[in-house]
Amino acid sequence: MLKNLCKKMFARSLWVYHANSGGCNGCDIEVLNVLTPYYDVERFGIKLVGSPRHADVMLCQGPAMRSTVKALQRAYEAMPAPKLVFAIGSCACGGGIWFDTYSVLGPVEKAIPVDFYIPGCPPRPEAIVYGVAAAVGLVDKKTAPVQIKQLELPIPRYHPGDLRGEGELVVYEKVEKI
Amino acid sequence: MSIMGKFKETIICLKAGRVTLPYPAQPQIAPPTFRGRPIFDAAKCIGCAGCANNCPAREILVFDPCQEVRILKYLGRRCTYCGRCADVCPEKAITMSKDFETGTGSIGDLQQQLELFMSTCQRCGRCFKKPSVLEQLKMTGYRLDDLRDERWIFRSQSYLEGEPLVDDIRIELD
Repeated sequence: MLKNLCKKMFARSLWVYHANSGGCNGCDIEVLNVLTPYYDVERFGIKLVGSPRHADVMLCQGPAMRSTVKALQRAYEAMPAPKLVFAIGSCACGGGIWFDTYSVLGPVEKAIPVDFYIPGCPPRPEAIVYGVAAAVGLVDKKTAPVQIKQLELPIPRYHPGDLRGEGELVVYEKVEKI
Repeated sequence: MSIMGKFKETIICLKAGRVTLPYPAQPQIAPPTFRGRPIFDAAKCIGCAGCANNCPAREILVFDPCQEVRILKYLGRRCTYCGRCADVCPEKAITMSKDFETGTGSIGDLQQQLELFMSTCQRCGRCFKKPSVLEQLKMTGYRLDDLRDERWIFRSQSYLEGEPLVDDIRIELD
């Protein structure tokens, strides 16, 4: 649905607004690094704008903090209607490493709805390019939840019938797992 | 003079070439010192929960539904890829991969859940003694983290009435 919305609404270009609500500037530097000629995201039509009123996408860095959460919500409300929010970095995705301190309220999604997550501390510029390209629909996403169960219980069980004396040693003929 | 200067400029511009990476079209390999997201190996894991105790972001939850089974859940929301879990793991069951392409539409895609079999003592059936206060701080014994709400519970007896939970992220907006 997000992909279809992106293709429909943002077919030509994304104008991104860059909101830091109390991060450590690591993700800011990586986002600015994405805009350099080396990673040049303007070939996808992504352009950094200075005001949320011009923006289609808000790139959030830093957790929602007690002092900045209202400003973040006002910036979100100021964006025109088809709007997306990307949470960039561990702080914006999950609250960061100081998630339980006084001043940190939690991830950005507690204050404003988030459409796409790019975890990392900070994420590599390639990861940000990949995340934006995956959201727009240029590449497929690669992550999926993993659930592993140990079906075979790893306890060796020794049958007395399989014991065999060999001098002083006792040798088990076969070891089967229950 | 000015025409020669323009020629010089043109030559410099032609020499410069292109530096832009063809990244999303062609794969990019991370440098060898890069730490990506951790990968948990269920075959090697012994379920000691050392990774959960050492995680600074409290992203690894441990839940013991019964004596023999231990569920280890890695959430990956606020993981900073510090590598302390891989460092402390005695069986080297956690490897820090070079995987950085983790952008996703739902944060639950980053989860890894291992359901481990814990063997018991053959004589007494149970290997835990009653923990002292210091051992409770080190969190030996049963762990009953909240898997449904994805919360890390600070002490092993916090589920008893009257004990406050570590309330993960409750927002108050006025």
